[in-house]
Amino acid sequence: MKVKVLYFASLREAVGCASEDLDVPAEVHTLGALRAFLAARGEGWEALGVGRNVRAALNQQMSGAEAALAAGDEVAFFPPVTGG
Amino acid sequence: MSVSVSVQEADFDTGAEIAALSAGQPEVGAVASFVGLVRDTSEGSDVSAMTLEHYPGMTEQALEDIVAEAMQRWTLHGVRVIHRFGPLLPGDQIVFVGVAGAHRGESFEACAFIMDYLKTRAPFWKHEETPEGGRWVDARESDESAAKRWSEGWDDIEQRR
Repeated sequence: MKVKVLYFASLREAVGCASEDLDVPAEVHTLGALRAFLAARGEGWEALGVGRNVRAALNQQMSGAEAALAAGDEVAFFPPVTGG
Repeated sequence: MSVSVSVQEADFDTGAEIAALSAGQPEVGAVASFVGLVRDTSEGSDVSAMTLEHYPGMTEQALEDIVAEAMQRWTLHGVRVIHRFGPLLPGDQIVFVGVAGAHRGESFEACAFIMDYLKTRAPFWKHEETPEGGRWVDARESDESAAKRWSEGWDDIEQRR
């Protein structure tokens, strides 16, 4: 299953990547599972790890860890927002 | 009635935006507005410049969703939201929220509601330059509690019905 993943702000800097097209392993079905999969990549990616303050969007809507992934989805990970 | 949201690099004319909210609408009796500016200090450090990053596409949708929710909660005659991105300097305008209503109550409340929700739901991130170097601004707990007061109030109203 292919999805697009975007990273913003301090998280983009930590992982050294703004966006990628990713072929998600078959066992990854949710946003939370995708986050855990990415966090295990190694240096920099621990910024997505357990306990870190990370927000996520699925197809440009704020979404929780339980949100189900589908092929072609646009996923984004980012720190809590600070606009206004 | 005019409802519009803009996400832009360019500055905006507050007076013109406020005037437009009531133009040609004699039923409007109260226009409330908020303008957010770049401060020159943050967390005890001087701030010489700021850059606002956002999530193109989602940003516009998030702001439109917030405005739509405000329109459901209050009877409004117009809403204008402008949020800038890109490089900014102390004193620069960041955000404008203007609300037109019949009376001040709904205009004040809707304006505060839109700002509180924008602070926690619109995908913007501030990066500031200080003498100690560049740093990302941390989200504030007080912004979360400011947004929550609206949902708690709303739940109370729902339960009383």
